[in-house]
Amino acid sequence: MNQHETLLSGQHITQRWGGLTALDDVSLEIERGTVHAVIGTNGAGKSTLINILSGELKPTEGQVTLLGNDVTRWSQPRRARGGLGRSYQRNTIYPDFTVSENCRLAAQAQIQRPWVWWNNAQQCQISTTNASNAILQAGLDDVSNSIAGPLSHGQKRQLEVAMCLSTHPQVLLLDEPLAGMGAEETERMLALLEQLKQDHAILLVEHDMDAVFRIADRITVMVNGKVIATDTPANIRSNPDVQTAYLGEH
Amino acid sequence: MIYKEKGKTLFVGLFFLALALYPLVGGEYSITLVNKIMIYAILALSLELLVGSTGLVCFGQAAFFGIGAYAAILLSPEDGPASVWFLLPACVVLAATYALFVGALSLRTKGVYFIMVTLAFAQMAYYVVHDTSLGGGSDGIYMYFTPGEETWLDLSNPVILYFFTLLFLVWTFVFLAILLRSHLGRALAGIRINEQRMLASGFSTYPYKLAAFVTSGGIAGMAGFLFAVQDGFVNPEMLSWHLSGALLVMIILGGLGHLHGAMIGAFVFVFLQEFFKSAEIFGDFAEHWHLGLGLTIIISVALLPKGLVGLPELVQKRLFGTQAG
Ligand SMILES: Nc1ncnc2c1ncn2[C@@H]1O[C@H](COP(=O)(O)OP(=O)(O)OP(=O)(O)O)[C@@H](O)[C@H]1O
Ligand SMILES: [Mg+2]
Repeated sequence: MNQHETLLSGQHITQRWGGLTALDDVSLEIERGTVHAVIGTNGAGKSTLINILSGELKPTEGQVTLLGNDVTRWSQPRRARGGLGRSYQRNTIYPDFTVSENCRLAAQAQIQRPWVWWNNAQQCQISTTNASNAILQAGLDDVSNSIAGPLSHGQKRQLEVAMCLSTHPQVLLLDEPLAGMGAEETERMLALLEQLKQDHAILLVEHDMDAVFRIADRITVMVNGKVIATDTPANIRSNPDVQTAYLGEH
Repeated sequence: MIYKEKGKTLFVGLFFLALALYPLVGGEYSITLVNKIMIYAILALSLELLVGSTGLVCFGQAAFFGIGAYAAILLSPEDGPASVWFLLPACVVLAATYALFVGALSLRTKGVYFIMVTLAFAQMAYYVVHDTSLGGGSDGIYMYFTPGEETWLDLSNPVILYFFTLLFLVWTFVFLAILLRSHLGRALAGIRINEQRMLASGFSTYPYKLAAFVTSGGIAGMAGFLFAVQDGFVNPEMLSWHLSGALLVMIILGGLGHLHGAMIGAFVFVFLQEFFKSAEIFGDFAEHWHLGLGLTIIISVALLPKGLVGLPELVQKRLFGTQAG
């Protein structure tokens, strides 16, 4: 396995809504073994970029390549089954299900069997195993039988990532996984990302700059839908354009 | 949680037991009435699979019911009784086939559009039987021989038909209960709560929704068969949107998201209807039964947002100030 092969890339992605250009000719490559952070002010287009890479949104222009395949025309579920996992900025957990059922259902997506009406899904070996692995990784094993709705905010964010892991992705697109987390929970999530990046390619959208500069191997800075720089954290920190456009504001 | 599940199972068991014992005490008229309600309960269960379990608000369920009923009569030979074992599957398959067609097209739309498209397809079926000579036009058609006549399964005998219907009601309930735990059922639950999340996990949701739609249509066709056999007569009103609407009211009244809610809803709805129609109680006002029925339903839905199945929990809260379960 090539440690730094490119698993996911977007080329010349443009997204326009009427007069608004949310993304303007954005290109980036996400490599295995790295955390690639995308930072930018509110409304810079980060979530839109994730939506396009994951297939939730068809771009006005541009191409997406996943594991060497041109997936621009692939539907979102097909890309997901092809190794692309995403989490959402706003929780999308199923509040009435238990933690383990949230993950098991996500894992079940790998087995497309709409005609199977007779089995007991919660006894399905493959999906329960994948789910419990993901729960263990995300550090949720002590609440795995709890209903998800009443969990703490931090635990819900962890569950959001655990559901994403349950589908066995090679590429993770994480939209602000640290938002609203306490210090301890942030540490745990960063440790998880550190561990996951060994064999995954991770795109991390995040507002917490301390976390980003600690964990990211590469950083892309976006302003108003445009990429103004993609570089190592050290170079980004000293980049004058970034200073004025973004970091300076903090 | 577990406590609640057990209560539900116990309730359903007792409910079916009561239905099985009812012919011992009920007269012929009331057996026929309960039989009819059981058919509506099957129909309500079929709709519950779409609305309560999958979140697809279908406003055309009567079409599949009507197609099953019309098929039961049109496919019966004119010179003797049809075989139940041929006729029943044929009705189910025809209704499911129409559901496949309707579902394949309507499931490409969402929300209000889905409701309108399913209604439009049902109206289409309605006008086909209403305005063509295929099924006797607006007068409807009669069944000359009841399927199974002069065999051990003589469905013209009300008691035999009663148990035959009860068998299918129980079967439908158990079938759907199993289905809802399966890969298909869990995916449907996920689609109901957040379809976008399911797509992101890798579910191609369309085939799952279509499977639910076809299954639902087939069950409705089965109910249609039973209805035609019981009445020996069908007319286009069976396919009208009034019935589709009444079915929606039944499952909402009973409590969406619960199979036993659909059954309770069907029973309570028909009982209320009979109650307000009764001239002995309401005299001349019985003519305006729609008003009484409508008001009662509005009040009960307002007071019981979770439907009748939410009643025990509500009572428990009021009495003990704690949450049930
Ligand atoms: N479906 C849509 N239709 C029209 N405009 C949209 C749509 N989705 C997003 N936008 C606009 O596109 C721009 C980029 O939005 P996006 O959500 O990608 O920003 P973001 O970088 O994720 O911001 P935040 O940090 O607040 O999450 C915003 O101006 C937003 O209002
Ligand atoms: Mg965003």
